[in-house]
Amino acid sequence: MKGLLEEMTEKALARNIPLSVQLDLTYRCNERCVHCYLDHNDHGEMTTAEIKHLLEEMAEAGVFILTLSGGEIFLRKDFFELLEYARRKLQFCVKLKTNAILVREREAARVRDLGVESIQISIYSHRPEVHDAITLVPGSLKRSVDAIRFLKAQGLRVVIANVLMKQNMADYPGVRALAEELGVECTLDPTITPMMDGDRGVLSLGIGQDELRQVFRDTALVGDVEEYCTVSTSPDESALENLPCSAGHTTCYVSPYGDVFPCVQFPLPTGNVRKQRFIDIWRNSDEMNDVRSIRLKDLTTCTSCSHVGSCSRCPGLAFMEGNRRGPSSQDCERSYARTGVPSANMLAKAELKSRLAQSMPGHALQGQSTSHAAANLVQIRALPTMARATA
Amino acid sequence: MSRLYLARNPRVAARSLDGEMMIMSGRDSTLFTLNKTATILWQSADGTTPLHEIVEHRIVTEFEVEPAEALQDAETVARDLAKHDILQISEEPIVQSTTPSGSSAGDAR
Repeated sequence: MKGLLEEMTEKALARNIPLSVQLDLTYRCNERCVHCYLDHNDHGEMTTAEIKHLLEEMAEAGVFILTLSGGEIFLRKDFFELLEYARRKLQFCVKLKTNAILVREREAARVRDLGVESIQISIYSHRPEVHDAITLVPGSLKRSVDAIRFLKAQGLRVVIANVLMKQNMADYPGVRALAEELGVECTLDPTITPMMDGDRGVLSLGIGQDELRQVFRDTALVGDVEEYCTVSTSPDESALENLPCSAGHTTCYVSPYGDVFPCVQFPLPTGNVRKQRFIDIWRNSDEMNDVRSIRLKDLTTCTSCSHVGSCSRCPGLAFMEGNRRGPSSQDCERSYARTGVPSANMLAKAELKSRLAQSMPGHALQGQSTSHAAANLVQIRALPTMARATA
Repeated sequence: MSRLYLARNPRVAARSLDGEMMIMSGRDSTLFTLNKTATILWQSADGTTPLHEIVEHRIVTEFEVEPAEALQDAETVARDLAKHDILQISEEPIVQSTTPSGSSAGDAR
């Protein structure tokens, strides 16, 4: 039986209504997380008046779930004014994403009074020496955990978000135990997002195949491992008409500068709310409509992949790899780690690598002058276990 | 006849999706959709207009029903919504306090 939210989402999809929006209020931050993809300098954030106007436009467009994120949202001096406007005047269902190190009893009480639905807080480890080494702020774990206690004491729903990296991979059971002790939910995510300027160097912080395999075989996380790690049967024709994800369909993202994107992880500019009405961008942007037109059957490479029916392929990560209709290597890695079966993308790259090696004996890939070849080289290097998988 | 006043619970979230009112409970994040009568009550629940006036001006005219029957039904719906913390009901007008703003500046950031 469908849940009510699913029903409402289907209705929003049918009527082209942006049911859920993430609005980053600032990119400024009081932490300097080693994996963060943002430029923390202020390049002209929207003012209080501009954001209030945008919120009105979003409410009029039918946005119901509003996620306020950043950067660190509590760094904005007008944060509570904006939150009050969003909740009391416009009645959004508001979710917050924060490191919470500025949240004390007073702020927690205020958040409660304003009826915030949930607060997601990033925790990288239960050990200060690991967490603080990622945020680069001494004492940050203690501050964040104290904040969780303050928020819980107000009866608020708190969710710990644990991003998995090489640095903290061993600590996720400890984070889950901490979440249980605090009485809060906990999510785990191995996704590392390339920098906003396209620099992919930060991806080297991500966990490798062995660690992914370990995560996907942890019964505490996935339940029935055999069922979870089974390769799904090929989807029928009708399933290929499905949407790749909700980005641009019922959700979108707005930056602190007013730029509208299909998703926070899909940096395809579609318009700016300082120049156009939010609803006009949502309905009429050529780029948004192109994203909207993509069905599973339109995906190059992925359509022929054995994982197409079960893959978590992120269109934004695919876009950042160079093709919004192409595969997302991070998700290929996940499908492979989960099932042991390489994706069509991995097999194609292995074949390309083999052909290139044969065509240039003794020269490796040196001398390839096109950027296309260079991009492939980067991707091949990002798949260290591929040779083993295809041997 | 009892005079009932209705006010929206400020802790819920609400949005009309193509005419259908979605409400998320502030108590436990349960999602509700309201039927037409409940939507009218929600939209009219300003804390100061008595229920019988809402029924007389918005419901009887909309649904062409007997006023007494409509009032009884509306009261049942209102009490049900109050049970789920969506509406507040009282026999006295309801004045809701507002939280002071963090800042009144128009261009702060």
